[in-house]
Amino acid sequence: MNSRSLQTTIVILVVGGILALALGGYFGSASRQFDLVLIEVQTWISSRFLGFQEFFTAPRDIVSLRNRNAELEAQVSQLQTQVIELQQLTSKTEILAALVDFASSNPENTYKAASVIGRDPSPFLHYIIINRGSNSDIRRGMPVVTNQGLVGRVDAVIADAARVQLITDPASSVNCFLQNAGTNANALGSVTGDVTLDMISQDVTVQSGDLILTSGLGGGYPADIPIGQVVTLRTLEFELFQQATVQPAVDFARLSIVLVITNFHPVEIAPLVPQTSP
Amino acid sequence: MRNLIAFPLLGLAVILQSSVVSQIKLLSGYADLPLIMLAAWALQERVKSAWHWAVICCAMLSFVSALPWPVLVISYLAIVFVAQALQKRIWQAPLLAMFSVTFTGTLFMQLFSFITLRVLGTSLKFGDVVGSVTLPSLLLNMLFAIPIYSFMRDLAQWVYPLEEHE
Repeated sequence: MNSRSLQTTIVILVVGGILALALGGYFGSASRQFDLVLIEVQTWISSRFLGFQEFFTAPRDIVSLRNRNAELEAQVSQLQTQVIELQQLTSKTEILAALVDFASSNPENTYKAASVIGRDPSPFLHYIIINRGSNSDIRRGMPVVTNQGLVGRVDAVIADAARVQLITDPASSVNCFLQNAGTNANALGSVTGDVTLDMISQDVTVQSGDLILTSGLGGGYPADIPIGQVVTLRTLEFELFQQATVQPAVDFARLSIVLVITNFHPVEIAPLVPQTSP
Repeated sequence: MRNLIAFPLLGLAVILQSSVVSQIKLLSGYADLPLIMLAAWALQERVKSAWHWAVICCAMLSFVSALPWPVLVISYLAIVFVAQALQKRIWQAPLLAMFSVTFTGTLFMQLFSFITLRVLGTSLKFGDVVGSVTLPSLLLNMLFAIPIYSFMRDLAQWVYPLEEHE
């Protein structure tokens, strides 16, 4: 046997021996150690590669993120607009629901709902402008109310709008009835928007909080519509009548929807008032 | 043709006055946007149509307001008259002229409205009117005077360009 054949035999024996040992499970621990080293090396190389990749691709990501951010901001503002619109609709629906309740609890009257679209340009006058006019059968003199109480009456009408004189107007005068005291009085407006009661008889006891309703006298307004409550009473012995300040039932600063009573027609009593002869 | 711009502009002013400005109250007073715009327009040197603007403004306001129309007509024509008289005399200080016209115009209009409404039988107390309406309205009108004057000056330069004017 020459030396070359001897080397080949030794190699075959060594490789066969190693294979036999491996197949017999004697290299398990050594194999695991080797795997661990391989995994560590691969992890290190992979993480370094990802780092480089992020470094080179980051600017492109920022641009795309900015675009995405702009899209989302636009979406947020759109949703905020929708939320505000829905809140307004909810508020309007609540007002309308209250007005419908009021109308159904007073079936003797017929109502036309109208939105408040403006106010008188002069600070001396307290008028509102509504978006219903003669095309909706609104006529001059018709009373205007909300579910809270009396607002005023229609003063002028065109085809699709009308002007309403509020009870806070300095030229407004409403005949009213004090429910607890059982007496009539006169509710007057003022330039500051306050309502006062006048012509209260001196022999009547009026309490703070007494409810004030329309009396229907004079034919200008239907009876029993709430006007407000008495706040303070002023009694002076040398005056013919007592006076009182009134907290109106209606919040005139927040009027948005009103009801016009269309089946009430004011009575013109001027010809019945006796004329004083000279 | 240039006067046609008065219709959309004054129409917008009356709508804003009725729906927005009248809700921004100081006590019981609020600014008078058409009055300030008219005063600022009449103070512009190149403008020759202030009288037309006053008439258009009165017509539009009479349609909306319950104030008797003679009050509006006399007040607004008086404001244009005062503005044009001042514009010729103190042309070197336009802001001073603007403040003067706004001040006198507001006082005149408020006083004239008060007297007319009292004559017509409306119960108004002078103290209430001065304290709650006139002085707050005067303050608000003075506050609005400068920005509206700037706007109307730019508008006058656009409507009446300098080259054509000369």
